[in-house]
Amino acid sequence: MIEVKDVVKTFGSTRALDGVTMTVPRGAVYGLVGPNGAGKTTLLEHIAGMQRPDGGQVLVDGAPVYENLDTKAKIAFVPSDLFYLGQARIRDMRDLHAIVYPTFDQARFAALSHLFDLDENLPMRSLSKGMTKQVAFWLALAQSPDLLLLDEPLDGLDPATRRKVWGAVMDDVAERGMTVLTSSHNLRELTDVCDHVGMMEHGRMLLEHPLAELQEGFVKVQVAFADDQLILPQDLNVLHTDQAGRLFTLVVRGSAEQAEAAFGQLTPAPTFVNILPLTLEEIFIYEMGGDRNAR
Amino acid sequence: MISIDPRDPRPLYEQVVEGFRGLILAGVLQADDKLPSVRSLATQLAINPNTIQRAYRELEAQGLTYSAAGKGSFVTAAEPARDQRKAELLEQFDRTAAELQDLGVTADQLALRLKEGTSS
Repeated sequence: MIEVKDVVKTFGSTRALDGVTMTVPRGAVYGLVGPNGAGKTTLLEHIAGMQRPDGGQVLVDGAPVYENLDTKAKIAFVPSDLFYLGQARIRDMRDLHAIVYPTFDQARFAALSHLFDLDENLPMRSLSKGMTKQVAFWLALAQSPDLLLLDEPLDGLDPATRRKVWGAVMDDVAERGMTVLTSSHNLRELTDVCDHVGMMEHGRMLLEHPLAELQEGFVKVQVAFADDQLILPQDLNVLHTDQAGRLFTLVVRGSAEQAEAAFGQLTPAPTFVNILPLTLEEIFIYEMGGDRNAR
Repeated sequence: MISIDPRDPRPLYEQVVEGFRGLILAGVLQADDKLPSVRSLATQLAINPNTIQRAYRELEAQGLTYSAAGKGSFVTAAEPARDQRKAELLEQFDRTAAELQDLGVTADQLALRLKEGTSS
């Protein structure tokens, strides 16, 4: 659905995007993660058709998106800095979106009002940051876009609202096969909703995988030995080793089955072996750290 | 109907499978009861529909549910869930017994404990 090919973007002397290549399949819920300054917002703005690349291509459904009104009509973007007209009430923003977006549905907007405890006659400028964000989601969902782009979407939303909003997004994904691309620091939340993950750093994509592949491709192994010396099975791809007292903690690239088999065949056998899954956060940290060590 | 524990390190789809298994074992879900639709559960829990689908496929693979084309997933009967749970617990039992024996408890002591336990 989205194809980003070797995109380069420079602002003054800053190379914000340094040859980004990325693929988001149709119907995917893709989480874009990376440190601050990695280029996530810039990349999202390119996919929303708000920025034009200096080099490379940004294609949505096979067509370049910049200044492409047909394509942009199918995209809803909820940025981290929200825009609204100064004097507008919520209902005015609703009416504006109804004019701009062919698929915007007033009835759907009304039907979604149960999710947001907001009176449509409230002026936008009287709303808190969190409430403004809720309106942005409300408008995006009422548009029923083919592609929903979210930049740090849940900043400022309380946990109950976050759950309701993500629930509504998942509903659209299940019902209409909507594609979602979201950037976030909240890796815990991404693990619930995403089925693909891409990690960015310094304007480039470090890796992208289906989430299940990532989760099943790494394990944490806690191991202890009778003589307190660490013995590693051969052919085991160990990314990281930590020691606390007698206990060694390893981060291993491979499946739980592979790790279990490898340590099971070790002689002398370890006195203690425990194999645990890694959280997305831990994978993120080790992958980032691993890359730095390689440079 | 089921809930997800964010602190549980197990994959989400496993938690969903476990949640339904528990309900089936407890008799809360009975033979031919319909499971919630993938869409409604994904919306309610705010998790990816693919995860729910994977869990439902797993439940069917384990014989705990069956699906009717276009209609959804339904509970088979309590027996498959019970048999599965028995097998799991017996395996756990063997491992616990082995560990106890490593710590010096004899097989006779374990047998006695079982007998006394069931009579009280």
